[in-house]
Amino acid sequence: MAGSGADHNGPAVAVSSLGKRFGTVEALRDVSFEVARGTVLGLLGPNGAGKTTTVRILTTLVRPDRGQATIEGFDVVRQAGEVRELIGLAGQSTAIQDELTGRENLEIIGRLAHLGRRRARARAEELLERFGLAEAADRRARTYSGGMQRRLDLAASLVGAPAVLFLDEPTTGLDPKSRLDLWGVIRELVAGGTTLVLTTQYLEEADALADEVVVVDHGTVIAAGTPEALKDRVGGAVLEFAVVPAARLTEAAELLIGVGDGPPVLDEQEARLSLPLGRAGTAAVVAALRRLDEAGLTIDGLALRRPSLDDVFLTLTGHRAEQAVGPELRR
Amino acid sequence: MSATPVRDPGLRPPRPPAGPSPRPGQRSGPLRRLRVALGDALTLTRRDMLVWTRVPTFVLFSVIQPVMFVLLFRYVFGGAIHVRIPGGYVNYLTPGIIGQSAAFASFSTALALAREIQRGVVDRFRAMPMARSAVLVGRLLADGVRLTVTMLILLAVSVAVGFRFRTGPGDAIGMVALAVAFGLAICTVAGFIGLAIRDEEAVGTFGLIWLFPLTFVSSAFVPVQSMPGWLQAFAKNQPVTIVIDELRALAVGGPLVLHGWESAVWLAGIVGVFVPLAVRAYRRA
Repeated sequence: MAGSGADHNGPAVAVSSLGKRFGTVEALRDVSFEVARGTVLGLLGPNGAGKTTTVRILTTLVRPDRGQATIEGFDVVRQAGEVRELIGLAGQSTAIQDELTGRENLEIIGRLAHLGRRRARARAEELLERFGLAEAADRRARTYSGGMQRRLDLAASLVGAPAVLFLDEPTTGLDPKSRLDLWGVIRELVAGGTTLVLTTQYLEEADALADEVVVVDHGTVIAAGTPEALKDRVGGAVLEFAVVPAARLTEAAELLIGVGDGPPVLDEQEARLSLPLGRAGTAAVVAALRRLDEAGLTIDGLALRRPSLDDVFLTLTGHRAEQAVGPELRR
Repeated sequence: MSATPVRDPGLRPPRPPAGPSPRPGQRSGPLRRLRVALGDALTLTRRDMLVWTRVPTFVLFSVIQPVMFVLLFRYVFGGAIHVRIPGGYVNYLTPGIIGQSAAFASFSTALALAREIQRGVVDRFRAMPMARSAVLVGRLLADGVRLTVTMLILLAVSVAVGFRFRTGPGDAIGMVALAVAFGLAICTVAGFIGLAIRDEEAVGTFGLIWLFPLTFVSSAFVPVQSMPGWLQAFAKNQPVTIVIDELRALAVGGPLVLHGWESAVWLAGIVGVFVPLAVRAYRRA
């Protein structure tokens, strides 16, 4: 078997020119990237961009129409059995059995991973401890909070001690506290040497966790690099505000041309203006406020925020990240 | 949660560039593969049964409905239905209800499999090095246990309202076994539907509508001869009638051989068609 991974020294994950069509929907047009062993790759993009399809191909759940992908040198189509020995997956929904306890859930996964009764039991114990679920171990998963269920689901994906772990939007739907908790868990995991591929809709999350980010839109990679490089391209913080009277918003936008690190962006629906500050920094804030004040405009709801996925898309593609491009594809 | 990175002793180190290591799936013979498949299925059977012990209401409801049918037909409709059978209508009815209930027990098979796909459980399993057949086979084994228990409770209730076996214990056991086998065959159809529709709500609403004409336009509750001619043609030759006639022959006597063969062929046919379809739907889930 050519290119089998037993003596593999290349990247943990290698994806080249993946394409996949579901009926009339072209889910993936051309996706290529590599993930070095022991690093974290963030797949960043809006709903329907092709993130989940990419993960489903890499985890052997869906066959690509075109292109090739390998995990530790094993082809995800021709050597799917070997790939499954190496990977762990936590999908978008928490795939746990509500009526069973956390411990039972993990033990069953351990048995299905062919660990044997004793090792399955020990592994469950160890993971419950590590994910802060020891106290709740013998309670039904139904009684767990959303954050606890996600942690249990993450623990389940680790039972087989995968070399490469896939997390599909691990923190979507979690409250900020649970999200931070989960980030902590994921960081520990990575420190242990696991190669991780995670998808996210949040630039902040990719920034917090990923060594490398691949931005996908409409099934195509539109940018790749470190989070720092990406943020540099977007240009740092963004000043956002509304003006009183609201009718003079367009006038305000015209006043601010040339002040920031890019043209001001008008959001007519929300009646707000946002101004990318970039390297201009606080000087740009002062200049902007002075100009508006001189024109007799009052500023309302002023906020300084970090660039969002929207800003990334605006910069990279010239259009906003279209949330909910279509129904999220399952297949 | 502590923020200090702890090396997971269970995690593999970055794979060493060593020589070829034995890999399950590559070096295993068909016998070992079969053993692994059976082990995976049994793990899931135990899981399904463990879930049922946690939701006693589910088990209760799955028995209450057939028991209600027994009581309704025995005491409400039974008086108006005339059959020539030793022991009267209750002896005609019981094998019918047994067959109908065995078929309807497949409802929860369809629901459970659709739910597992919807909740991502099947995705997790399919990304693991476990047998492809395990989810379906494990579920069917658990369903076999559930069906047997349901059938025995139903028989006990029927006896309480007047049903009597007029055959030997061997035939009685044969009747329960055939009912369970029939129920399992229908479970493979329902399993395919659950895996193909993959939406719990849709399955709950439409998934088993086809069972109503099949079980009611049969010899389950009334003799087929009482139906209009055009309907008789269907009722006489469809599998539910054939199986129920055999159940009835096993319970109260009658020609066993012909219906027995026909039943066996039907069950084998249903399983032979729908197991491959269900496995295909699982692979594509």
